[in-house]
Amino acid sequence: MSTQPVNNLSQPTSAQFKPSRINNIRRSVMNHFVTALSILSTILVIAPLVAILVYLIYKGASSLNFAFFTQIPAPVGETGGGMANSIVGSGIILFLASLMGIPIGIAAGVYLAEFGSGKFLATAIRFTADVLNGVPSIVMGISIYSLIVLQQKHFSALAGGVALGIMMVPTITRTTEEMLATVPHSIREAALGLGVPKWRTAVSVTLRTASPGIITGCMLAFARVAGETAPLLFTAFGNQFWSFRLNEPIAALPLQIYVYAISPYDEWHRLAWAGSLVLIVMIMVAVTLVRIFANRGALKGGS
Amino acid sequence: MGVGILVENLNAWYGTNHTLQDINLHIPANHATALIGPSGCGKSTFVRCLNRMHETNPIARVTGVIKMGDIDIYKDASPVEIRRRVGMVFQRPNPFPTMSIYDNVASGLKLNGFTGRRILDETVERSLKQAALWEEVKDDLKKKSGASLSGGQQQRMCIARALAVDPEVLLMDEPASALDPVSTSKIEDLIFQLKSQYTIVIVTHNMQQAARVAENTGFFLNGKMVEFDSTHKIFTNPRDKRTEDYITGRFG
Repeated sequence: MSTQPVNNLSQPTSAQFKPSRINNIRRSVMNHFVTALSILSTILVIAPLVAILVYLIYKGASSLNFAFFTQIPAPVGETGGGMANSIVGSGIILFLASLMGIPIGIAAGVYLAEFGSGKFLATAIRFTADVLNGVPSIVMGISIYSLIVLQQKHFSALAGGVALGIMMVPTITRTTEEMLATVPHSIREAALGLGVPKWRTAVSVTLRTASPGIITGCMLAFARVAGETAPLLFTAFGNQFWSFRLNEPIAALPLQIYVYAISPYDEWHRLAWAGSLVLIVMIMVAVTLVRIFANRGALKGGS
Repeated sequence: MGVGILVENLNAWYGTNHTLQDINLHIPANHATALIGPSGCGKSTFVRCLNRMHETNPIARVTGVIKMGDIDIYKDASPVEIRRRVGMVFQRPNPFPTMSIYDNVASGLKLNGFTGRRILDETVERSLKQAALWEEVKDDLKKKSGASLSGGQQQRMCIARALAVDPEVLLMDEPASALDPVSTSKIEDLIFQLKSQYTIVIVTHNMQQAARVAENTGFFLNGKMVEFDSTHKIFTNPRDKRTEDYITGRFG
């Protein structure tokens, strides 16, 4: 090693640093190549979503009308009818699921990140959450069927909500834990150093700092279960009529789509397409609304 | 008003690493006391023992006695109570990024359940004035995030935040090491003014800084306190050869 200071800008020591024309061109070509590659990948990611949406609009939009959102399904042989009861039913089931899944998921994530480090219980919860995440949705449906439906002796909205709620928990728990882990330790120390108790630090400082990521996690979990059909087959069961009772079978969009799609009638096929379009649009609207709502209180220059 | 601190036979460990060995020291009330020494010598661990932040690390352990006034901080009080009486300013500014400037300063009170609106307003104004930041931020108090300020402003906001809970002791762990010279001199002026009301303990790598702000200076080396004396004595006529070597730049 030479002790002489080396200045590469004024005294090029290797060809790599020589500001020649060839090197300039090579760098510029490489730059454009990599930019093009990332744009291409982005298009590849978005393309399926756009394709699905366009196809759904093409197939389903023509069957959408006012009656679709206000009427219940028409009996076999009659035309018309809508999916109003399914839309409301899905809303009720998803509300129940979120009511159970989001608080439990976040609380478990807070435990894992803030209180459970190095404890056996935390390792066990983490493992369980990962396994639960991989449980096929039909298995979840059967489990809730035997746990709740068989005990109560009837299908119910509540059972559907529990099934979807449990499916939300692992995603929310793991994202909450990961988002809390990205909060710098110095912020926790700042709060603890002010004499703030540990639980209050976790809730009011750490959780709040990580909230954008946690909300994203909740939305992912919500969007995932919103389209689930299999767990509802054995729990919410579906219903051709209005129902607002939590202990009765209730209609749900994915179930109604399933019933219509496997039916032999063209009219019902068209309604299934329309239902699919409505389901996707409703998920998109819900996710967007939560984002707007969550960003409303953001401060200038915050992160 | 500040309160004096008496440290007797303090030992601290991180796991099996014996980071502080038999520290005995009296930190006088309403004075600034500087702690100097090479990196890893235990200065930071020492100040973290003074507000019981040390024990937030699960592998850390402490023995010995620390008395603040008549209170034995490891026996007579909970860590939460001690940390309310002993404020801390960290090496890097650590504002709460989701909170406004106002909420950052008021956080010590708010997060402890205090909600009196008028007193909060007054406390925020007083603390920001004490930290010489009021004029720069008074128009954006509730509009801007604490993280939107410059590094020097953030650090002064963190000082205001520590002062807002009205502590008796203020610990500063290299408060200016991440700042530019202008911000550093502002922080030093601040320490100079604050020490009439608070007992200040400042860890620093900058020996001129210790000489400028502190009446007393302690020199730490390898987990032991080698020498503690008036700052003037330490920098002009140290008793120990190792202190002399360090302040003349022969090692560290």
